[in-house]
Amino acid sequence: MSVDYKRRQIVGRGIPVAGNDIDTDRIIPARFLKAVTFEGMGEHAFEDARKQNPEHPFNSPAYRGASVLVVGQNFGCGSSREHAPQALMRWGIRAIVGGSFGEIFFGNCVILGIPCLRASQEDLEWLQKAVSRAPGDAVTVDVEKQEVRFGERVIKATVPDAPRNQLVGGTWDSTAVLLEAGAAIEATAGRLPYVKGW
Amino acid sequence: MARTLFDKVWDAHTVRTLPSGQTQLLIGLHLIHEVTTPQAFQMLKELKLKVRMPERTFGTLDHIIPTTDQTRPYADPMAEDMAAHMYRNMKEFGLPLFDMASGQQGIVHVIGPELGLTQPGMTIACGDSHTSTHGAVGAIAFGIGTTQVRDVLATQCLAIAKPKLRQVRVDGALAKGVYAKDVILTIINRLGVKGGVGYAYEYAGPVMERMTMEERLTVCNMSIEGGARCGYVNPDQTTIDYLRGRPYAPAGDAFDRAAAWWKSVATEPGASFDDVKTIDGASIEPVVTWGINPEMSVGVSQRIPSPESAPEAERPTYREALAHMGFEAGQPIKGAKIDVAFVGSCTNGRLSDLRIAAEVAKKGKVAKNVRALIVPGSQQVAKAAEAEGLHEIFQAAGFQWRKAGCSMCLGMNPDQLVGREMSASSSNRNFIGRQGSPTGRTLLMSPAMVAAAAINGAVADVRETLR
Repeated sequence: MSVDYKRRQIVGRGIPVAGNDIDTDRIIPARFLKAVTFEGMGEHAFEDARKQNPEHPFNSPAYRGASVLVVGQNFGCGSSREHAPQALMRWGIRAIVGGSFGEIFFGNCVILGIPCLRASQEDLEWLQKAVSRAPGDAVTVDVEKQEVRFGERVIKATVPDAPRNQLVGGTWDSTAVLLEAGAAIEATAGRLPYVKGW
Repeated sequence: MARTLFDKVWDAHTVRTLPSGQTQLLIGLHLIHEVTTPQAFQMLKELKLKVRMPERTFGTLDHIIPTTDQTRPYADPMAEDMAAHMYRNMKEFGLPLFDMASGQQGIVHVIGPELGLTQPGMTIACGDSHTSTHGAVGAIAFGIGTTQVRDVLATQCLAIAKPKLRQVRVDGALAKGVYAKDVILTIINRLGVKGGVGYAYEYAGPVMERMTMEERLTVCNMSIEGGARCGYVNPDQTTIDYLRGRPYAPAGDAFDRAAAWWKSVATEPGASFDDVKTIDGASIEPVVTWGINPEMSVGVSQRIPSPESAPEAERPTYREALAHMGFEAGQPIKGAKIDVAFVGSCTNGRLSDLRIAAEVAKKGKVAKNVRALIVPGSQQVAKAAEAEGLHEIFQAAGFQWRKAGCSMCLGMNPDQLVGREMSASSSNRNFIGRQGSPTGRTLLMSPAMVAAAAINGAVADVRETLR
């Protein structure tokens, strides 16, 4: 059976993590980066935040099995560590809806096939509350239509064209696409004075 | 039409436009380290691919290494395992590794410029967000994740969308006791940690033009803390003088040809930007962070702001910050007690940083109960500092003189905060748990201010210490 890489729509239960500027150190503390694989990373998602706050959503049995993370502004800022989206993915997250995202984190999510959609502050606050009231209900993240549906309500949630094309078209795992350029890579390099020699 | 450096360098490295609309961007220099690459090499092996341009790929060891005894095997078996993987991968793929024996090891963002690997007009990528540092010489340099490291290893390219460009001008002149670190902390404070998302920053204006290369490296280093994935300064005579004679810079006539090209990539007068922001250099005083992200800072003479002074959406973060730090709104930052002082990191671990800190260290002794570490950014920085006797000044004042590495900036080695310790740190992030203890606390400031805090046992105004 072939793997479907297309990320047109993700349907799953939601989990809200409130707050702005949640950095990748918070998502996965640096001590868990001392590893040569990403295996087991999911167990440590938000580890210190969970220990310090028993009420943390990642501790709550109500959200176990959730796959749509709903966050605030500038989520995933800071360190480039891919361990952050890897930890979330391995915990079970398949899509993230937030106000804005740290740029390296956003790129890391795309290359792992995790759509990150941007919604308005008002809609995010509503979605976080709605999900916490009905954690058993499914959230539909429609990447293609750029909207998120929960219950009766539909909110606008955007992804810039290029990553949306990659996610919807299933070309987010970029090595193969980049290799297609073939000799054009060496040709571009060969035109650069610092490559061809001064 | 007048063009920016960003446009010129981006266009010169564009292989093609991908069907998604992104650019396939050639990466001219790929720097790698032990923490974000083992999985990338594994993926490469699974794909049965080679490194596309091994001659454009260089590695070092920096994040996990101890700064006391660096002989292998390391005491920490996980650190040893990562080092062993790095050696094995570099050997297997035929890549050069600047290890301890090379005499050129150090923090990847310190050694790139120091060795002259980092040059104007290049695109530079590294699996580390502080890759923005290299923009100081006039390069487009940015951090990437591990799967993107795989892409660069395999194809020497990245699939990436072109960001918008903002010019950040720092006009006027800096007052005495105000350093590059205060400039970038002020920029982040004024524009916000989210302010740069979607932008690359061009730093310009008289203050930037007068800065030495090491000062520019400090400013560009923290672009990412302001949300901008990369930041650069246009190459000028300072850049050319800095690069002359460095091991990987061209030599002889080739250097002159290179210098002419480097100058030609600079932004042309009259070029337009998506946005321009201006900061008055004279308005900047020594800065100290009081919170849990690098935007939460005040001048050393100021008081910690109240959550009510912030926009409503930011108030929860302010409250969380005050609770974590154990501070009261309205409290002066000056006088806040510290337990640890750390001078080092890719932000402020260069020779000029150590010289300034040593100048301050001559004024006193490290306060009782303060643990103070000086961690040079590279073996070469350490060697140059020792040749000037800086290590003796530090040791006489009660600072520990360590070996090169990332150390307490992120606490992946034994250099970590313990419990709720408060650290005065010349590094780049005050995130909760950043310096190794989940409850540890970090006050970011310039190396001069760290040394002053070490002597006073509390946040102090270095302008008074130096008077």
